[in-house]
Amino acid sequence: MATTATTRPPAGHRRTLTQRRARTGLALITPTLLIVVAVIVLPLLWSVLIAFQRLRLINVGRAGLFENLTLENFERVFASAELLSTLWTTVIYTVGSTVLSIGIGLAAALALRQPFRGRTAVRAVMLLPYVAPVVAVTFVWRIMLNPEFGIVNTWGRRLFGWEDPIAFLSQAQGTLTLLGLEIPVPTALLTVIAFEGWRYFPFAFLFLLARLQALPGELEEAARMDGATPLQTFRFVTLPQLMPVIAVLAVLRAIWTFNEFDDIFLLTGGAAGTQVVSVRVYELLTVQRNVGAASAQSLFLAVVLVVLLLGYLRLLRSRGEQL
Amino acid sequence: VTTTAPSTPTRARPPQSGPKRRWSRDRAERAVLRVLRPLTIAALLAAVVLPFYYMLLLSLRPIESLLLRPGSLVVGLDELTWATYTEVLTSVGDGGQGFLRFMANSAAVATTSVLLALTIAIPGAYAISRLPFPGHRQVSGLFVAVYLFPAIILAIPLFVVLTRLQLRGQLVGLVLVYVSQTVPVAIYMMRNYFQTIPESVEEAGLVDGLGRVGVLARIVLPLALPSIMATGLFVFVIAWNEFLFALLFLVEQRDRWTVSLGLAQLSGSVEVPTTVLMAGSVVVSLPVIVLFFLTERLLTEGLASGAEKG
Repeated sequence: MATTATTRPPAGHRRTLTQRRARTGLALITPTLLIVVAVIVLPLLWSVLIAFQRLRLINVGRAGLFENLTLENFERVFASAELLSTLWTTVIYTVGSTVLSIGIGLAAALALRQPFRGRTAVRAVMLLPYVAPVVAVTFVWRIMLNPEFGIVNTWGRRLFGWEDPIAFLSQAQGTLTLLGLEIPVPTALLTVIAFEGWRYFPFAFLFLLARLQALPGELEEAARMDGATPLQTFRFVTLPQLMPVIAVLAVLRAIWTFNEFDDIFLLTGGAAGTQVVSVRVYELLTVQRNVGAASAQSLFLAVVLVVLLLGYLRLLRSRGEQL
Repeated sequence: VTTTAPSTPTRARPPQSGPKRRWSRDRAERAVLRVLRPLTIAALLAAVVLPFYYMLLLSLRPIESLLLRPGSLVVGLDELTWATYTEVLTSVGDGGQGFLRFMANSAAVATTSVLLALTIAIPGAYAISRLPFPGHRQVSGLFVAVYLFPAIILAIPLFVVLTRLQLRGQLVGLVLVYVSQTVPVAIYMMRNYFQTIPESVEEAGLVDGLGRVGVLARIVLPLALPSIMATGLFVFVIAWNEFLFALLFLVEQRDRWTVSLGLAQLSGSVEVPTTVLMAGSVVVSLPVIVLFFLTERLLTEGLASGAEKG
């Protein structure tokens, strides 16, 4: 390493060295770029084109690149009576799931912050819902919530005296009797949101715990010395320091939930008031076999997502949060 | 179960001179939190573990006894059965559900994806972390975009492309999709680790006459092995668990189904008993869970380090 310092090469030679580094760098990144561009970027651009084409599943193999250009797909998507209700469901589902998963994740991270015997093991177990295959966990949930032989309904009737089993995943609208009040609740949608909270809280938990453990202790110590109670310390000292992580988590979870397909498709199939936009895209593609309309619908999904994200980022900036 | 919170020797007592009311509020909060903390942990553990326990429980009972006593939380010795597992694993020709075949498909797809993704991502991560090339910031931006981009939007054009290339229904098509979707994240995960390797070690190698590729292969790779393993596992789990693309590409050919797709397809039919499908769920989940516990520390640290720099 002393060589570079003592035998300083002339300026021209130096530049070629930087150039050579750059060229090696480009060569090493090329395979990645190639596959990403070929399998992701180009298809995405193409899907914009497909959205403007009259394209059915049957003639997918033959249609030319610029054949049958039309605006019909968008007319169809926007004229659909389901569009607004689907979008609304997607928004509720996204907000509910994001808030719930981050909330549980925060509670878990705070509970596991102080070391205790077996904490590492507990932390590992907490991550199970997130690593287990989505197909397996949705299946278990479906059976657990089954109205006939599911464990939840069996014990609910035994312990809480439920009169009728609750069809958690196939009932669009139920009534919750609370203090004599009958409150209508979207049962299936709430169940799916609960599932999202269960499955994705480990993600928030992992990052919040890492952040909590990296926080310098002095600030909280000082607050305690000044007589702040634990809740005050959390509210005014710890939470502000976690806000940047929470903001990032909220963005990530919102993006992923907004487009989530697997979970809802596997739990309810999009029935009982849980039809989100991504499930609608899938139906257009496979049931109605209308590739063009499916593409238009997914483009709509992407645009709404980008608009919502920009709005959120603006909100954060106006509040002075750093992302 | 003891309800005392772990003692923290560093915690200083609040000053005695504080106002009297504050002092008692402080005490009350501490007392409540002391109870609440273990309760929260216990409740979360129960919520996490119970579904998996239920999965295992049902997989070991015959369907008749489930219907007879649906609320039972233990398997009686007289009802314990392995028949569910033999049925789910044996091939369709022998009267089973053919999960062994699905597992082989999934294993092939996942392993190939890991190998390919690492082969592509390791040089890429090295380039991003060490060899500034023109446009490397834009490339990083592109990778973040790919990481965030919704699969459902990608699904339609890929469906069309693969149909045209006649690769739909082939496991190769699936591998291509998984690799391209995981490589950007893989690069992101490894890049941070590569940056922690002191540059002087590499320069020593360069001076000794190794080229950049030689340095990467002989010096960086061995040092970055933990991070590479974590990344490989990450890709494996993604590929093993993936459902949407498997559904879109392979649904018509049962002998090509992955385990995830197989379980989803069969759980939609009424002919296969629930307990047999539970055995299937255990079989699908087990490899991932075992791998996860074997390498949990590696994986969580890798994930957390990838996110630390957000």
